[in-house]
Amino acid sequence: MRRNMKRIMALAVSMVAALPALAHAAAGKAADLVVVADTRVIDSGILRYFADLYNTNPTMNATWAVILTAVYGCFLGVLMDFLLSRTGLDLTSRKIVEH
Amino acid sequence: MEMFAADWLYMYMPIAGVKVLWPALVLIGFSVGVIGGFFGMGGAWMVTPGLNIIGFPMAFAIGTDIAHIAGKSMISTIRHSKFGNVDYKLGMVMLVGTMVGIEIGAQLVMWLERIGLVGSVVRWVYVVFLALISWMVFYDYAKAVKKSKMGDVTDRGAEGITWYKTLHRINIPPMVHFKASGFTCSAWLPILVSLATGILAGFLGIGGGLLRMPALVYLIGCPTHIAVGTDLFEVMISGLYGAFTFALKGRIELVAVFVMLTGAAIGAQIGTVATKYSKGYGIRVAFGIAVLCCMISIILKQFKYDMPSAILILGTISLICLYIIKVMFTGAAAELRAKKNRENKAHAA
Repeated sequence: MRRNMKRIMALAVSMVAALPALAHAAAGKAADLVVVADTRVIDSGILRYFADLYNTNPTMNATWAVILTAVYGCFLGVLMDFLLSRTGLDLTSRKIVEH
Repeated sequence: MEMFAADWLYMYMPIAGVKVLWPALVLIGFSVGVIGGFFGMGGAWMVTPGLNIIGFPMAFAIGTDIAHIAGKSMISTIRHSKFGNVDYKLGMVMLVGTMVGIEIGAQLVMWLERIGLVGSVVRWVYVVFLALISWMVFYDYAKAVKKSKMGDVTDRGAEGITWYKTLHRINIPPMVHFKASGFTCSAWLPILVSLATGILAGFLGIGGGLLRMPALVYLIGCPTHIAVGTDLFEVMISGLYGAFTFALKGRIELVAVFVMLTGAAIGAQIGTVATKYSKGYGIRVAFGIAVLCCMISIILKQFKYDMPSAILILGTISLICLYIIKVMFTGAAAELRAKKNRENKAHAA
């Protein structure tokens, strides 16, 4: 029983020791730089929220980054479309002339 | 410099923890918007030297750039779509090949990194492909001019390189008709072409617009304007995916993305509308010049001439930007004048 317990403990310790090596082998290019946003110097509430999110929840931060970029891109696209349509140019057709 | 000493010209980046000259970010976004909207590409190769010069932290440059390119491409795609320049069916078919290809390319580069060969191999492969693309564009133009002089003209006008005609004859099902582009071909053609360009893009660490636009024109057979719009649609989707992966690694400065997008919003409209007043070969030749300058810039950088490399690339971007702005404004002025004349004639009648 004691010998089995020793064997189990040895296996458990070696697995824990091997984990970083496994992660290193499985990972692609290692991100050596660890960045922490300094929230102490941020006055704006919204910026502080996102800086906190960056530090504490990378997945949610990434999700917000994509959503906000897409939403802002769409908003600017529609806004510029509206402004350009006021110029009087025909923005719905074009002739394809290659040469 | 004294004129840049005013505090209001600098914006604090909360993640990077530095202050950056925000008008320069707007200008970079604007220039990339103009050029990207005109050529149908993301423009990462233009943004990085610009960000480097204004002191933007390089750890965040690529991720921030990719996120801004995704947003900018969305703006350009909306505009190109109104012109009928986006073949969504073709874009969706190519998307699968592109995403798989990028992953394969990224794995290839990681393998090269493990054996210690990544730096010079990637750069020289990039140079070779840029040389090939610029040669293709200028050879195509020279051949088209020659055919035009001989009167050898098809329904698309005089064409130089017509490799796509041979590839369209491949009869492996499923055969798909791409209505917006105006041709029918095996679905495997765009899938395999996008896989190849995706592998190259993943390998070279670029978005792929630079490679995909000529591939759409010469291998798939899209008219130039539709190649531009469809490529932007692809860049938009792959850009959003890239933005997510870089944001997950904490490599995006969202404030900088928003500032650059604001400039890009105006630039993208100018670049996109300028395509209306350009002939397909005008876009192709300008694209060839941009690719050639990019290639020379990379060669200079490879031999450690960093400043001349940056000057060349930024000078090229500025000149091409001015050319596109000129095309857009002269074309728009001519269109509005013609419209006014028509209205005056109608009133007189």
